[in-house]
Amino acid sequence: MGDNGKDIYLPAAAEVVRVEQMTKQEKFFEFRLASGKPLGHMPGQFAEVSLPGIGEAPISISSSPTSGDTFEMVVRQVGNVSGAMHRLEPGDEVGVRGPFGTTFPVDGELKGRDLLFICGGIGLVPVRSAINYVLDKRGDYGKVTVLFGAKTPGDRLFVDELAALDGREDVEFLETVDDTCGEKWNACVGVITMLFEKIEVSPESTTSIICGPPVMYKFAIMGLHEMGFTDDRIYVSLERRMKCGVGKCGHCQINGLYTCQDGPVFRYSDVAEVREAI
Amino acid sequence: MAIKLFKKAALKKWVDSLIAGGRVFGVQAKGERFAFGPLEKAADLRLDYDVTILPPKKYLQPQTEDLVKFSKGGGYESVIDSEPFVLLGVHPYDMAAINQMDAIFLKDGEVDTHYKARREAATIVACDVESPSENVFAGCMGTAVVDKGYDVLVTAVDGGYVVETASPRGEKLLAAAGEVPDASKKDMKKRKAVQEKNRKRLRKHELKGEPLGLPCLLGKSENHPVWEEKARLCYSCGSCNLVCPTCYCFDVQDDTDWTLESGRRYRVWDACLLADFAAVAGGHNFRKERAARFRHRYYRKGKYIPEKIGEIACVGCGRCITACTAKIANPVEVYNRLTEGC
Repeated sequence: MGDNGKDIYLPAAAEVVRVEQMTKQEKFFEFRLASGKPLGHMPGQFAEVSLPGIGEAPISISSSPTSGDTFEMVVRQVGNVSGAMHRLEPGDEVGVRGPFGTTFPVDGELKGRDLLFICGGIGLVPVRSAINYVLDKRGDYGKVTVLFGAKTPGDRLFVDELAALDGREDVEFLETVDDTCGEKWNACVGVITMLFEKIEVSPESTTSIICGPPVMYKFAIMGLHEMGFTDDRIYVSLERRMKCGVGKCGHCQINGLYTCQDGPVFRYSDVAEVREAI
Repeated sequence: MAIKLFKKAALKKWVDSLIAGGRVFGVQAKGERFAFGPLEKAADLRLDYDVTILPPKKYLQPQTEDLVKFSKGGGYESVIDSEPFVLLGVHPYDMAAINQMDAIFLKDGEVDTHYKARREAATIVACDVESPSENVFAGCMGTAVVDKGYDVLVTAVDGGYVVETASPRGEKLLAAAGEVPDASKKDMKKRKAVQEKNRKRLRKHELKGEPLGLPCLLGKSENHPVWEEKARLCYSCGSCNLVCPTCYCFDVQDDTDWTLESGRRYRVWDACLLADFAAVAGGHNFRKERAARFRHRYYRKGKYIPEKIGEIACVGCGRCITACTAKIANPVEVYNRLTEGC
């Protein structure tokens, strides 16, 4: 047995502490490992969550490690595992492997920088981990700008936290929806890049972090380039099918890169020339 | 380590003693072709085979392999298969492929305990090729002869078999043979001649250029028309993946007992040519086009894996050429097209 005999596919038990319906499609979960230990993640990482008999799925960790010994996830009901997770109740048990993957460098090169977070839809979920980390250590960073775009007002996640971001004086927060769908809406309507002209950021002192649906990256990066951002000042978190999480199964490859190990957080300059990345 | 000369009858006796002593998988005829399977008697062993339908990798990473089992209230438990077995008749190119699997699954810090247990349970008897298959090109890939990974190497020569042990485990295996004469210098010369001949004759397709030039060649071939041309005929059936000794991608699935009290999580061979290989929940497919999947496989063999382990992940067994219904999977043809330019 290698690695001290540790089986890289063996999940640890975790208990559901809290469940909240967030939107029609998304539920919020708070988990605690049965061992009582923190998961030990950093912002940007993911874990493999499993339900016996149903299967395993890679899910972004949404909470900041600064927020205590539990960890949080938001799950959209789209597949077998996520569908079954939507039936979980507090006290139920899940299997967890991880954390896996690279992190937003909140303790590294993001320190002292101005930060521009660009989140589309469920892309807010992993980025929230970094946003909350930064807000918990607010003095370590410069100006913080958060842009959020959702399909409709009803698809907005963490509405209370978005309102709190909006109310903070040390954060600039702007949001948009693609379509109001007849709901009352006082903010911007249109794609997320429309918000770019409303913000003032200095490309020299700012690092941008992007996470959203596949189609969003190209346009967000084009917009950042127009603002004067260089590729090394842009971080992207990419979604792929991270089936094993340990660089073996091959499903999450982006050309020669393994999203589960080389990502999911990539410095854009490292993947700008990688054909399958964006 | 010992080098012996077995006469045909002595080899048969030795193999029968191995079968009496434990699990033995060996090459046998299957219709007009050959396959590795449980060996019941030495007479069934066909060391003169050309190529097996599936590579012996199936004993180290089975088509389906339990990883963990679970039960109601009992949590998860690792399933490790470490029952010893002997693998008889592994050709050099397949041995080279197993050596590559070792580099991937036994990598420091990322050891796959399931693979490791099977690998350590295996005693491998390799054998030099007697009859080249119709599509073998191991001679071009530097894998017509192999010098590591096995416990015993058998080479058919005029007058018998030169049998060399390469590990303490191999020594132990050979001990079951009883008294067998050492191979003479002349026998060793014969073996060398067989290996030299194999380097030259296992070239049913001739690769232009050196295999180690492939990563560089592929580095500038992303937009080459060959991907689209070949992929247009591709059925996305994944046969090329499934017969490949260096393909190891897998899916992980769960299965519950009919009692709903317990179940298992297992991995199962997957194939990057299949349409939904890179699809995520919600439906987005990151490698939707056939040409992208076709290209991905060649890049994995010729660039991505080599960049990780320093060896080209194609050993020239030629199985994909034989298995492909559309006759588009000849790696030599593809790589030679790239060498020629557009």
